[in-house]
Amino acid sequence: MLLNSRDFPANAREGLGNPTLQKALSMARTGFPEKRARAIERLPEFESLREKARAIKEATLANLDFYLETYENKVLAAGGKVHWARSASEAREAVLAICRSVGAKTVTKGKSMVAEEVGLNPFLEENGITPIETDLGEYIIQLRREPPSHIIAPAIHLVKEEVAQSFREAHRELPPQRPLSEARQLCDEARAVLRPRFLAADAGITGANFLVAETGSSLIVTNEGNGDLTQLLPRVHIVMASIEKLVPTLEDAATLLRLLARSATGQEFSAYTTLSTGPRREGDEDGPEAYHVVLLDNGRSALLGGEFEDILRCIRCAACLNHCPVYTAVGGHAYGTVYPGPMGAVLSPALFGLEECAHLPNASTFCGRCEAVCPMQIPLPKMMRGWREREFTQKKAPAVARAALRLWAFFALRPGLYHPFARIVARALFAAGARRGRFRSLLFHSGWTAVRDLPAPEGRTFHHLWAKRRKGA
Amino acid sequence: MSEPREEILGAIRRAFKRGALAAEAAGELSRRLAAHPRNPVPQRAAALEEEDRLRLFVAMAEEADARVSQLDSLDAVPAAVAEYLARENLPAEIVMAPDPMLEALPWKREPLLAIRRGRAEAGDAVSLTPAFAAIAETGTLMLISGAETPTSLNFLPDTHIVVVAARQVVASYEEGFDLLRAAAAEKGWPRTVNFVTGPSRTADIEQTIELGAHGPRRLHIILVGEREPAGKK
Repeated sequence: MLLNSRDFPANAREGLGNPTLQKALSMARTGFPEKRARAIERLPEFESLREKARAIKEATLANLDFYLETYENKVLAAGGKVHWARSASEAREAVLAICRSVGAKTVTKGKSMVAEEVGLNPFLEENGITPIETDLGEYIIQLRREPPSHIIAPAIHLVKEEVAQSFREAHRELPPQRPLSEARQLCDEARAVLRPRFLAADAGITGANFLVAETGSSLIVTNEGNGDLTQLLPRVHIVMASIEKLVPTLEDAATLLRLLARSATGQEFSAYTTLSTGPRREGDEDGPEAYHVVLLDNGRSALLGGEFEDILRCIRCAACLNHCPVYTAVGGHAYGTVYPGPMGAVLSPALFGLEECAHLPNASTFCGRCEAVCPMQIPLPKMMRGWREREFTQKKAPAVARAALRLWAFFALRPGLYHPFARIVARALFAAGARRGRFRSLLFHSGWTAVRDLPAPEGRTFHHLWAKRRKGA
Repeated sequence: MSEPREEILGAIRRAFKRGALAAEAAGELSRRLAAHPRNPVPQRAAALEEEDRLRLFVAMAEEADARVSQLDSLDAVPAAVAEYLARENLPAEIVMAPDPMLEALPWKREPLLAIRRGRAEAGDAVSLTPAFAAIAETGTLMLISGAETPTSLNFLPDTHIVVVAARQVVASYEEGFDLLRAAAAEKGWPRTVNFVTGPSRTADIEQTIELGAHGPRRLHIILVGEREPAGKK
């Protein structure tokens, strides 16, 4: 779902000035990278698995039509149904139709980014169906009516006192004086409150980390067990997945799984990895009576064969968010889309339009950590540059920025003008700023100097120093 | 066929400037699916001798907060279950998978232990199930659904006890898949396969790891040294 990406600069400023958010982010900033580094150290084959994983996904995307059809046939053979959705609205309608066909009043939900992408919850509510998020983080933000701020840790922007307050407001049937100062107490309360809802739900909706063409299975990876209770207990299980989740075989899934948990949480393996294939079999005492898959395109097929195809390899581990100096400074809500951070800066413009998300590919220091940690070797900085280039060529960048870039290009293409001009500017700035060594403010650069000082130049240009050094050598 | 389906498939083909795959290319991909070749398996899990396999399985399972107790014989399981319940201050009541291997155990030796057979219901405190296989690489249990092994036993109770025979412990996920395919050829593909590594957990509140989010708070593995072919429940 797109929220307010256009307001990224204001959102980011607000995030930077929010002390509770900064406290919450400071815990994430070190925790995730340290855990990931330790897990990868223990697996010497990590680099070669990355190569293999990339090759698997590239080969799958190159034949995605074949794998989708093969997968569909296998789902049908196992007694399930597949619903194809071109757009977010078709996906929402498909889910609603399935819920209505069984007279569903309440549905439990495992964490699904595709459900967030299509804005499923508000739509179900408008149509008289109550969605209940069951992942602890998702449950917390549902109570607070907030979007997720991270793709695997949706409530990472909150501290436990905020969670406690939300629980006190939502769980009015419980004694008001109960202690809720510890994470343990909050987990226990959520477990107790949600258990009867799991048992009473008419339908269960989960996402999928992978869809396996060989077997027609959906595969989910969770730690809490909520996804499993969601797909086990209700009469109907609905899987929401986007088309690029396909992998050919179980062996291919295993290779990706060896990268996923380690990159995401630094675990050797998540607590629960579950393959689901069709509805309950004859003689089974439990499991859903019906199994549906809603397959979403929503702009993805248009990325195939083009400069942004690589983002379709993404397995949503969130390592790029966890290692991003921008994400970990401003938090996920600043991005104004359900996919924040570097992967979101590349994917969101593709899903929701560059016009809406133009700030996101610019919200980067281009330090390259995202690409360095990406288990699927996705060239995220390169693709952010690709969006910036489009922003420029499609004349979506602000007029002042475009004019300044044109002016710079004029000089840069004419060294005979550029060098003397640069020398003059360098000398002038040296003369003006040598005493302090820095500028507090500078004409036309207030946006830059508002939050930092500009160091004064040393008086000579790089070209000048370079030429001198070569002469000396 | 429905219109969105054709449009999505058409868009994919247009992106690659081609039609549906030619029979030859599709045949090659189908053959790869049927052959499901193995990708590189980490050295840690490749070609381990039985003793090392068991050691790795126990170490990794315990690292993931499962508890493992090792027995020499299946006959000792009922006493071990009763002892575990007493030690953990749990009621002497279990719900057990209606599985032939478990049924054949000498439960009469534990007359104080109440056993119900079948799926788990709300309020069941302790479940006992067999495993389909176990994977040393990450200390992971492989559990499959079926008439004799309802999946709710793996998730609803607070405490899940799993009996694993030493010979069921394989090195890698890939070996587990091969056992699964062999079993499915006989009995059909199961509705669900759970790969379980330790008890339920969450770190959604301030990245503090808490066990027992929605699934079991405790996972207790009884590893039995008796020889039994892998892949059998």
